[in-house]
Amino acid sequence: MTTYKKRKIIDKTMCSIAFLCAFLTLVPLISIFGYVISKGITSINLDFFIHLPRPVGEPGGGMSNAIAGSFILIGLSCLWAVPVGILGGVFLSEFGNNKIGATVRFIVDVLNGVPSIVIGIFAYTLFVLPMKSFSAISGAFALGVIMIPTIMRTSEEMLRMVPGTLREAALALGISQFRTTISIVLKTALPGVVTGILLAVARIAGETAPLLFTAFGNRFWHQNLNQPIAALPLQIFAYAISPFDDWHRQAWAGAFVLIVMVFLISLISRFALRRKI
Amino acid sequence: MRIKFVDLGFKKAVTLMALGVTALACLLVYNMAVYAIPAIHKFGPRFLFTSTWDPVKEIFGALPFIYGTIVSSMLALIIAVPVSLGIAVYLAELAPLKIRQPLSFMIELLAAIPSVVYGLWGIFVLAPFLRNFIQPFLSKYFGFLPIFQGEFYGVGMLTAGIILSIMIIPTISSISREVFLTVPFTQREVASALGATRWEAIRLGVLGYARPGVLGAVILGLGRALGETMAVTMVIGNRPEASVSLFAPSYTMASVIANEFTEATGNLYLSALIEIGLILFFVTLLLNIAARALIWKVSNKVKTV
Repeated sequence: MTTYKKRKIIDKTMCSIAFLCAFLTLVPLISIFGYVISKGITSINLDFFIHLPRPVGEPGGGMSNAIAGSFILIGLSCLWAVPVGILGGVFLSEFGNNKIGATVRFIVDVLNGVPSIVIGIFAYTLFVLPMKSFSAISGAFALGVIMIPTIMRTSEEMLRMVPGTLREAALALGISQFRTTISIVLKTALPGVVTGILLAVARIAGETAPLLFTAFGNRFWHQNLNQPIAALPLQIFAYAISPFDDWHRQAWAGAFVLIVMVFLISLISRFALRRKI
Repeated sequence: MRIKFVDLGFKKAVTLMALGVTALACLLVYNMAVYAIPAIHKFGPRFLFTSTWDPVKEIFGALPFIYGTIVSSMLALIIAVPVSLGIAVYLAELAPLKIRQPLSFMIELLAAIPSVVYGLWGIFVLAPFLRNFIQPFLSKYFGFLPIFQGEFYGVGMLTAGIILSIMIIPTISSISREVFLTVPFTQREVASALGATRWEAIRLGVLGYARPGVLGAVILGLGRALGETMAVTMVIGNRPEASVSLFAPSYTMASVIANEFTEATGNLYLSALIEIGLILFFVTLLLNIAARALIWKVSNKVKTV
């Protein structure tokens, strides 16, 4: 066999392997979606959305408290992480071209790589130990810490894309830098900033690990924010590792609801980005 | 005068916010260190090298968890790195232009699936599949290797490694693909002009050039694999024993924290778990810094060329 022929064969083989890699990866994707959709749709019913979990061994019931709990946790974490993230992003883009900016950027990137369970421990030491109780507040704190790096860095990038001439024009008209940044720069970049927030929300909506020992989960309606609160991912986890068939069924239904939620948020964020500037 | 005052206040406020986030990160390290100190004092470096985990007698050694974390992550890398490189090469160099966008979108969808859903799928779909088909096959034909011996439980190291590999493929492949795309086009043209086949042009012109960036992508993937908690906890079997066989149940650092944290009654027990978290934090910290430096090196090289 000539070297040329051999090289040709190697070329063909390697290119086919690359092709195979790309399409083999679709197998788990299709399998996961197939199972979640088929098992989820057959298990879901109205009870799932309006009832509380039943006691162990009793079939039926739903996850209404967990769905509500997830929304409360997401809302609470947005409440503090969104302003901090956006203002931090404003700092990085408008005043961050110096040593402080570089340091903050580095620390935020590091924070982004911290495993979420470690952030859970942090929230535990900061809130649960002093308050001596698992609570919605500690869960929202942990989720917020996970959100901040994403919001901060996307806000920064989006604000940087606003042309400098816009800032100069506003400043030349005698408008204060505060007004320029808030009413002109931030307003122009708003769709991009919203996308960053939605991406962060999509990420925390499915987070389970940091909630295990902060929000903790609750089989009833929560009473107040100092008490443990249920969350959809926590409930899916608890039901998936339980030995009961009916709970497995509900875990699939929960996974279906969770995936639909996450993908709706991602989809909306894609549209928000498309309309940018 | 008023404008100047407001502007100064505004600048101070946003700076304060940014420094607040920095302070938060420092507080994270400080708080965890404070709570880990009792365990660090009591066990010292022995914590990393002994394998007794006895909450009743309050003797803690994290070796089985460290072993489980390292082996499951390595297994994930062994599967995910070649596959991700194949995907990246295909998407950046070979695929018809029309399917590049939808295909890369679909692979990135894998990253959007919550890890608890991976775990659910792992328990009810992947583990039975491995138990009934893959593990008997491996033990029949490769059973002479100690890593493929033992009972078929379904859940265990192998299952965890496979699930982790699926979860980190989107990370490694999408960063590698971006690195490939920053390689100047002349690299490929030169190789082709010298008579290289398509694969040779990719291997010589692109892969060699992009190597540090790809290494960075792999390290970022490793960082994700080490810290991944829920999916692994649900499929690894949670038995604190270091076993050579990949079929055997095992335990990782993240999953022991997930499983035992709320049951940790004694102060020392809690402290030992927090020390495991602290180790996890520092390892992922170092990996992230290294990965960023490598990726930065490639994209900077392109700018100066």
